[in-house]
Amino acid sequence: MMANESDTPVVVEAKSLDLTFQTNDGQVQALKDVNLTINKGDFVSFIGPSGCGKTTFLRVLAALEHPTGGTVTVNGMSPDEARMKRAYGYVFQAAGLYPWRTIAKNIRLPLEIMGFSRSEQEKRVKDVLQLVDLEGFGDKHPWQLSGGMQQRASIARALAFDADILLMDEPFGALDEIVRDHLNEQLLELWARTGKTIAFVTHSIPEAVYLSTKIVVMSPRPGRISDVIESPLPKERPLDIRDSPEFLEVAHRVREGLRAGHAYD
Amino acid sequence: MKSLIAVLTVIGVLVVIWYAACVPMNIKGVLTEAERAGAVVEPEGARERRNLGAFGLVAGNGFAIPATWAQARPRLPAPHQVAIELWQTTVMKKITSKRSLVHHAWVTLSATLLGFGIGTGLGILLAVGVVHSRVMDMSVMPWAIVSQTIPIIALAPMIIVVLYSIGVQGVLPKAVISAYLSFFPVVVGMVKGLRSPDMMQLDLLATYHASKPQGFWKLRLPASMPYLFTSLKIGVAASLVGAIVGELPTGAVAGLGARLLAGSYYGQTVQIWSALFMAAILAACLVGLLGVIERVTLKRMGMGS
Repeated sequence: MMANESDTPVVVEAKSLDLTFQTNDGQVQALKDVNLTINKGDFVSFIGPSGCGKTTFLRVLAALEHPTGGTVTVNGMSPDEARMKRAYGYVFQAAGLYPWRTIAKNIRLPLEIMGFSRSEQEKRVKDVLQLVDLEGFGDKHPWQLSGGMQQRASIARALAFDADILLMDEPFGALDEIVRDHLNEQLLELWARTGKTIAFVTHSIPEAVYLSTKIVVMSPRPGRISDVIESPLPKERPLDIRDSPEFLEVAHRVREGLRAGHAYD
Repeated sequence: MKSLIAVLTVIGVLVVIWYAACVPMNIKGVLTEAERAGAVVEPEGARERRNLGAFGLVAGNGFAIPATWAQARPRLPAPHQVAIELWQTTVMKKITSKRSLVHHAWVTLSATLLGFGIGTGLGILLAVGVVHSRVMDMSVMPWAIVSQTIPIIALAPMIIVVLYSIGVQGVLPKAVISAYLSFFPVVVGMVKGLRSPDMMQLDLLATYHASKPQGFWKLRLPASMPYLFTSLKIGVAASLVGAIVGELPTGAVAGLGARLLAGSYYGQTVQIWSALFMAAILAACLVGLLGVIERVTLKRMGMGS
């Protein structure tokens, strides 16, 4: 849909993607004719009401769901191959830390599974703990941390193995507004420092506009893309950019896109 | 402190009920003995008393009440009689003695522990199979459930006879029966425990491209620990029952089951009750020990509450 005019490499390319679930109540079309390109270093937000397929699309990229039509590539490979190459880290809505492991050992989990050496594990755990501002909490158990800190630990876990794509499914959805603002700021900082490509599902307009270089507005039944907005906001974004006219204009366009998707009800 | 008072109150009430129950239970026997010894009993003659209610006899012969707590072979022994018997057969007897209850408890305990070990191992293996293979899920679970609907008292003699015919005797047949009873709670608990990780956690492992064994060792097994300990506590009590039942049909000469059997042959109710209490104490100790292991393990895993 969006032409890729610059010569930054394409990370995700979806062409007329369809996904139909077979349920007991018959077929449910979760995604219909989705076309999207994500370039390296993009921060792409997916926003839309529930049932619009934003999470499903993320799960397709992660090879947790398989499309029933069309094509999708991740780093030029099929999502399955990308998964085997461990091309992405996935952050879920709940932190999902293992209660029987300390924070450091939780972050070490993917490294153990992927067979990193012991010393490499130590080093990486230390690095990512620093990256998400959790130094000194490595020996704590998850229940000793606040919800926001747990979610940061889960982001650290996704970052630990150097995947260049970060897939985030409403990672801050369960947190309160203040913690959320803080984590949004930290996430932007982290994105600037690491240069990762981030696909981010949310249902908050301010969050989507604040974070993204590209906002994908989706609408439900069947799940499809109703608008793709390239953000004109600069890369450097203090929290008060949310009061600027440019920000409000983008937010307005997102809201319009969401409303258009709901025109029939 | 408050809970201690509550606990002691409950025990006190139970003991009082027990003493009270001894009176009508034992009154006929006591009156017969008293009459033989020359006391005046109302009404006279065992025949006269046969059709009278126990409470009526107690009302007419108040003097005989203390004797209902001191018979040599009462229908229902009084608490202190059981306590004295327990004391004399445990602390006062050498462990090597054939009459030492510690000796008998150990015989039963060894079969219990062996059976519990076999049952737990088998239970865990079956649960792993059930969780990982649909075929096993469909084929093993129904049989596991059916196995527990057969009364063990009917099955135990057959197990012992069959094993004896192939030359297996001693502690092993008892352990087999004990394992038969204890594997079931372990299977059920472990299946639930191994399936306890939610979809999200399984998805997370999928994104790491983790293998099935990795998923088992790193996620499913640790997640199942709280469930395992709950079933182990049920399993160990069932194991003890199994070992005792295993001693009944063989005419075993040692073990708590043998004590129960011998006691009932010779009308030694005090012996029966003390064996019962020994079994209860043993079960409480085993369950308590597992509780301690559970607390320590879960605490070390960071899952203690």
